[in-house]
Amino acid sequence: MLLHVKHLKKSYSGAEGSVPVLRGIDMEVAAGETLALTGESGSGKSTLLHLIGGLDTADSGLIELDGQDITAMDDTQRAAVRRTRIGIIFQQFNLIPSLDIAANIAFQARLAGTYDVGSTDDLAKALGLATHLRKYPEQLSGGQQQRVAIARALAARPQLILADEPTGNLDESTAADVMSQMLALVAQTGAALIMVTHSPRLAGQMGRHLHLRQGLLA
Amino acid sequence: MTATGLSALWSHWRRNPLQLFTLVAGLALATALWSGVQAVNAEARASYDAAAATLGEGQYDQLLPAVGSDIAQETFIALRRAGWLVGPVVEGQIGPAGTQVRLVGIDPLTAPGGLGPVGGGSMDLPQFLSEQPVFANAATAAKLEGLIDAPLVIEPTIAPDTAITDIFVAQRLLGAQGRLNRLILAPEQPVGRPALENIAPDLTRRAAQGGSDVGRLTDSFHLNLTAFGLLSFAVGIFIVHGAIGLAFEQRRAMVRTLRALGMPLRRLIVLMASELLVLALIGGVLGVSLGYIVAATLLPDVAATLKGLYGAQVSGALQLRPAWWLSGLAISVLGTAIAATGALISVARMPLLASAQPRAWATYRARVRQIQMAVSVALLATALILVLVGEGLVMGFGLLACLLIGAALALPLVLDGMLWLASVRARSVVAQWFWADTRQQLPGLSLALMALLLAMAANVGVSTMVSSFRLTFTGFLDQRLASEIYVSAQSVQQARALEAFAAPLTSEVLPLLSVEATLAGLPAELYGARIGATYRDNWGLLAAAPNVWDSVAAGDALLVNEQLARRAGLWVGDDLRIGPQTVLPIAGVFGDYGNPIGQAIVSEPLFSTLHPQVTALRFGLRTDDAEALRNALTDDFGLPAGNITDQAQIKAFSLAVFERTFTVTAALNVLTLSVAGFAIFMSLLTLAGMRLPQLAPAWALGMTRRRLGQLELMRAVVLAVLTTACALPLGLALAWVLLAVVNVEAFGWRLPMYVFPRDYAVLGLFALAAALLAAAWPARRLARTPPADLLKVFANER
Ligand SMILES: Nc1ncnc2c1ncn2[C@@H]1O[C@H](COP(=O)(O)OP(=O)(O)OP(=O)(O)O)[C@@H](O)[C@H]1O
Ligand SMILES: [Mg+2]
Repeated sequence: MLLHVKHLKKSYSGAEGSVPVLRGIDMEVAAGETLALTGESGSGKSTLLHLIGGLDTADSGLIELDGQDITAMDDTQRAAVRRTRIGIIFQQFNLIPSLDIAANIAFQARLAGTYDVGSTDDLAKALGLATHLRKYPEQLSGGQQQRVAIARALAARPQLILADEPTGNLDESTAADVMSQMLALVAQTGAALIMVTHSPRLAGQMGRHLHLRQGLLA
Repeated sequence: MTATGLSALWSHWRRNPLQLFTLVAGLALATALWSGVQAVNAEARASYDAAAATLGEGQYDQLLPAVGSDIAQETFIALRRAGWLVGPVVEGQIGPAGTQVRLVGIDPLTAPGGLGPVGGGSMDLPQFLSEQPVFANAATAAKLEGLIDAPLVIEPTIAPDTAITDIFVAQRLLGAQGRLNRLILAPEQPVGRPALENIAPDLTRRAAQGGSDVGRLTDSFHLNLTAFGLLSFAVGIFIVHGAIGLAFEQRRAMVRTLRALGMPLRRLIVLMASELLVLALIGGVLGVSLGYIVAATLLPDVAATLKGLYGAQVSGALQLRPAWWLSGLAISVLGTAIAATGALISVARMPLLASAQPRAWATYRARVRQIQMAVSVALLATALILVLVGEGLVMGFGLLACLLIGAALALPLVLDGMLWLASVRARSVVAQWFWADTRQQLPGLSLALMALLLAMAANVGVSTMVSSFRLTFTGFLDQRLASEIYVSAQSVQQARALEAFAAPLTSEVLPLLSVEATLAGLPAELYGARIGATYRDNWGLLAAAPNVWDSVAAGDALLVNEQLARRAGLWVGDDLRIGPQTVLPIAGVFGDYGNPIGQAIVSEPLFSTLHPQVTALRFGLRTDDAEALRNALTDDFGLPAGNITDQAQIKAFSLAVFERTFTVTAALNVLTLSVAGFAIFMSLLTLAGMRLPQLAPAWALGMTRRRLGQLELMRAVVLAVLTTACALPLGLALAWVLLAVVNVEAFGWRLPMYVFPRDYAVLGLFALAAALLAAAWPARRLARTPPADLLKVFANER
């Protein structure tokens, strides 16, 4: 089992006191498995991905990635896990504006020390970015930028990819294109994928489907 | 990973070279400001010290012949043999009347100051001994050209109309073989050497004189320059702080992405810190070089100032000292460290997830504001307490620091209050938006505005101080150097003869009578004065009873100097005991700038009854024709030229030189202001990028980009005007602290403060111009922002 989440709880303290968002999540993801995560707005989907990615810390519970509990890790160790085992495709952590597309794609792989020119070029080609490599992010359209983020996540050869509404800002047909490219590439690399989406159609293309409601998985 | 992280951090600068330029330029300018002022200060001080170490007549005790003007060479040899550490000096006039040059011969091996006046470094001892040149400044050397057969070497540090050479050369040129005029005593003499009476009974010892006065005044000038240096440092810190804060602000999003992709926070902070260190070093090197250029441009004037004003010889050539490099780089690095600590801490605390950010950031800002207000109030309260109860020089500087930092921290809050008042009164919708938007801009601009506040305050403070100093000093010179010529006699007989000789040739002969005394329990001097037109017309008093001169002349009252009055807690009307049976009321207090100890003045007759054994050896002579009197004294009376001082000339020179002090201060003022202006420019430019989201809605709702640009310019003017309004009272407070607190604590006298509204108005205009210049380009850029960029703001909104 690649990922093992047990009794995961998280609440935010707001003006009206502590608001529970995740109230005990249990889930397992096998290596290479693809999983769709759906749920109403505000149900805690992004929060769950943040916790699994080690970007935020849980109140209680356990997140085991490849046998290692990331809830017990300090900041530096969690950074190492993100760097080497996880690929993130979030709208929040977009591209580095001062680096060109080639450097952006290679960035995480370089950080992780797994950079390989050949496979990076293949990725760029597969995602239709080959002619944009010397451009800067501001010169690309939204869909192109999203594809760069996907290439960046895949280039680092992670075991687990976390995607938070990667096509949320794209029109229907572009979203479908990007999505099928992504799924094909993920299948090639053998990484597991957890993707948040609002689209039942996209969820249907994934291997498994989980629905988040009132802080619990259904 | 390190390399990848660095390349990402660096790529930001590569893509935004302007931001890199402003950061490095900010660092360089701050360092330049500091090291320029330091350089001027240090060089002047070093040169002054070197000058003090020369054979300058006032610096050392000397042996003079009791009768006549010559000492036999044998007497010198006998003294040396007996263990006395004395250096021989021969001097005389050379050249045709009117363009005479005073030729001084010294023995470099025995003169206490070593090579003395030629210590500037251009000549070493073996050269001096082997080539035996004559040293003089360029003008003097021109006069000597063709007149003497020894080689001439130009040495700019030597006093006008004076030439210095080896004693044998001087004796030969003066035709005075085997003769000496005086012997300089080294400060440290061996113990157990035989008494002077036993070896050279016909020599009298003259104590070092004048040196301490010069030293004290020089110190005052330096202290004030140091204060200016500290102020410029403060301004520099604010600028560096602003530059670095903005550099971090701009890379916030990138830092977050780097961390999300797996760059550990600690590594990231180390990388950012090293990046800053490198930038600080680059900025520091540029800054020290720039400071050197500034100082080199300014220094000739400073040198002339000190030289003329205090009789100190200041080397005109600026040497690049290793210490400056170190201190300049240290300041740059230290300033960066101070400024960066806060920024790095905020990076460390910054939540990784942006969704958690806005609210956290807002509360952080609010907390910083509260802390800022509390610290400001505490500092200003401390300043007030220090004014009321503090004592000592450290307190004075502490007071300065509390006042300035407290005021700077209070500025954003005060400005915010003013803008709030304006926004409440605004009628039109554009005006309301303008004021509200300006308030929103305040946090981003506040550091630059603080720098402007400090720069302006420093300018007002320092120029007030220098102008007050000048006014006071001009008056002081007029009263103290009233006599056209001062002469000193070598014996009582000669003094009597001199007085009789001079009386018919002069309008007044003023004997300088004094004894050391203990007054009010303090070491002091008691002077006897021949009260006449000179005193009545020239002496201004800080405080006086009615008919002060009449009562002093009648022997019914006395005058004391400010130092004695302040230290002993006496003032006009109080009594002072000056003899066993003599207690007189104080009728007046006079300013005595530069004198370290207390002084009291009584009338000449009263002085003679108190101290009948003291007769005057020095006289001030009043005359309309100084040249004729001087000639009569040397040619007809036979007084050596070295015993005559032409004070009118010195005074004119001193005053001319004080004017040049102004040039220096003015230049430093302009420099400080330009640095502050640059800080504003930098902040505006950086803010401009972050402002698009705030401006885009206004644009979308129908304001033209041109109008937005105009408003942007107007905002800079409004903020500069408001800041200037705050800076004026702060600057005056600063001047008051410098003149009335720091100077009193350091030197015992208080410089009266004068106010110069016209100067302040000009300064205000300068500040305005600086703000306008700084705002012009960012505003223009804003006015030309492509609509696409404004649209992007909406595109990115989720
Ligand atoms: N930093 C925060 N502080 C306080 N409350 C938060 C914070 N982040 C999220 N929340 C709250 O936690 C709940 C879950 O948020 P989350 O972003 O996980 O929802 P989501 O399922 O991703 O919604 P969406 O589909 O709209 O993206 C929401 O009610 C949100 O208001
Ligand atoms: Mg979400």
